[in-house]
Amino acid sequence: MDLQLLVAIFPQVLLDGIILGFMYALIALGYTMVYGVLEFINFAHSEIFIFGAFVGVELLLGLKTAGLLEAWPWPLLLLGVLLAGMMASGALAVTIERVAYRPLRGAPRLIPLISAIGMSFFLQDVIRLFESLWRNAFNLVYPSMDPLNHRFELTETIDISMKSVVVIVAALLMLWALHVIVNRTKIGTAIRAVAEDQAAASLMGINVNRIISLTFLIGGAMGGAAGVLFGVQYSLINPYTGFIPGLKAFTAAVLGGIGNIPGAMLGGIVLGLLEAFAASYMSLLTGGAFGAEYKDIFAFSVLILILIFRPKGLLGEVVRERA
Amino acid sequence: MKATVTRSVLTVCATLAIALLPFGSGPDAQGKGTIKIATQSPLSGGQAALGEGIKLGTQLAVEKYKGPLEKMGFKVDVVPFDDQAKPDVGVANARNMIADKDIVAVIGHLNSGVAIPSSDVYKEVSLAMISPANTNPTVTDRNYPNVNRVCGRDDVQGVVGSEFAAGQKTKSVYIVHDKTTYGQGVAEFFRDDAKKKGIEVLGFEGTEEKSNFDPILTPIRAKNPALVYFGGIYDQGAPFFKQAREKGLKSKFMGPDGMDSSDLTKIAGKAVVGMYYTSAAGPASALPKAKGFVEEYKKKFGKNPEPYAAEAYDAAAIALKALEAAAKGGKAPSREAVAAEIRKVKYSGITGDIEFDGKGDRKKANYFVLEVASDNPEKWGDNKIVKQLTIAAPAAKK
Repeated sequence: MDLQLLVAIFPQVLLDGIILGFMYALIALGYTMVYGVLEFINFAHSEIFIFGAFVGVELLLGLKTAGLLEAWPWPLLLLGVLLAGMMASGALAVTIERVAYRPLRGAPRLIPLISAIGMSFFLQDVIRLFESLWRNAFNLVYPSMDPLNHRFELTETIDISMKSVVVIVAALLMLWALHVIVNRTKIGTAIRAVAEDQAAASLMGINVNRIISLTFLIGGAMGGAAGVLFGVQYSLINPYTGFIPGLKAFTAAVLGGIGNIPGAMLGGIVLGLLEAFAASYMSLLTGGAFGAEYKDIFAFSVLILILIFRPKGLLGEVVRERA
Repeated sequence: MKATVTRSVLTVCATLAIALLPFGSGPDAQGKGTIKIATQSPLSGGQAALGEGIKLGTQLAVEKYKGPLEKMGFKVDVVPFDDQAKPDVGVANARNMIADKDIVAVIGHLNSGVAIPSSDVYKEVSLAMISPANTNPTVTDRNYPNVNRVCGRDDVQGVVGSEFAAGQKTKSVYIVHDKTTYGQGVAEFFRDDAKKKGIEVLGFEGTEEKSNFDPILTPIRAKNPALVYFGGIYDQGAPFFKQAREKGLKSKFMGPDGMDSSDLTKIAGKAVVGMYYTSAAGPASALPKAKGFVEEYKKKFGKNPEPYAAEAYDAAAIALKALEAAAKGGKAPSREAVAAEIRKVKYSGITGDIEFDGKGDRKKANYFVLEVASDNPEKWGDNKIVKQLTIAAPAAKK
């Protein structure tokens, strides 16, 4: 085996994995926050995520037609698009909660789950319908901005593109902001209180419905940001693109310990790294017998192993105590 | 995978609904009944651009050549089916088709992986299929009497590609494919012949990934091949090549006819300018006899014909010719008779002279190597032909 090659690409693979991992982490937050508060899986989150990407691409394409894409400085543009994606996805998440989950709050737990799956299909096809009518397109491409494609050469074999830097910086900033909101502010205290015991929280004067909406808003906004970053990084999106990253992010949330916010971040990064290493090294290590197509099998096998030994995830599940 | 199942069921219902709608026009004949020509190709999803071309090409041909059949008193309709590029959907549609006695010929599919299982269903009732685009050898190597194609074959196309690469003095190649019957098949033919010609194959990798190619590209870049070959279709190939260039890969790019769509440059832009692709169906603009077709198509549908639209046009014209022959006595043609007549047709179409051999291959098919000329999708038709060959179909295997 070509040991030199294996070593030479190691840092690059690590980098690829971290970027993917941050993306998963941002999406996973939406799953984990909702689970923490309501103990149910919001399967429509993968569409909330891709909705952000679509809002981003529509905005950028609009600016491109208006000729403003080159005229305005790119950090400003990107920030604007990111915020728009976050707001749109956050609003969508709140609406979904209001329409599809809140009326079912008292129902057995499987009922809102089914509602979530239905919502997911509904949104996929609404996006598809809209894009077919509006642009007569299925695949949409993020317009490329040259400064974002600039590559910084770290060594001869390793480099990182500007957009990857943007993804990492944006993800870190958002994770930090979320951490501050949840742990250092009154709103965060309220969210944690509702997660722990809804009845007691409402006795303390917390408006439970509002806090639940807020949880969806924050989780959705993170998903929307992830959507825009996903589009910027990988450039091609279609209405069904959200499904697989959503599924993986959900897995990441379980891996980290569902309901646990730092767990979702850790789970995302671990899964991203596993996937990148599997895809890059599988065929090199097995002499082509197992190729990159086995990356998910490898990643998920490791996952099963971890869950066998730590059934509550890496950092432990966080759910409310039941008296 | 509940998602896919539910969606397929929905689609089947939807397609049924479409199939039941009265399609097409023409005078209501003196009651001899309706003859339906079905098309099956992806009309939704990532490959809809090509699939739509097959449908529209067929419609154009039927409108133009249905006269004689209408004179005999038949009403001729085109019924489009959407196979979504998925084998399960294609087979489900095929089941619906064979249940409709009026459907006597199928023009389709786009994907070999869909055509092969679907044609098994057509064979049950000897429903004739003429494929405009399926290049996988298995399609005709099964010797089905009802399966034909007007395009070339991957075992020839792969070799045309590797021969061209060898002619360019390519030293090394890294091959990636999409794991479908078509993509992996053509990639393997390319690989085997490249090895014979002394091109070093640095890697052979399959992937179903659609968005993030970083982890696959990292080892490719480290190995620095002279050529990267992607066996697959543009909706996956385009982001792959785009990310490859963005990652700093300097290799030449190449692909099979699955890359032949203006969507390739729409998605990948500058990254694929100068890329080579082989094709078993030439660009309509390069076919001397297709000029009128291109103009008519543009006038009627407001866009340039996608690749395979011309092949679908010829395929439909052949089907109509066979139908005329089978309906000679004025009786509604039987499916067996149509399938048999198709093998007898000698037709001079816009893609050249067409005649089928004993297993349904076009006796002499055209193969092209093209170079992407511009990053403007509108100019896809301007792609340069760098090599053109007419090669006879390989003889049937015993």
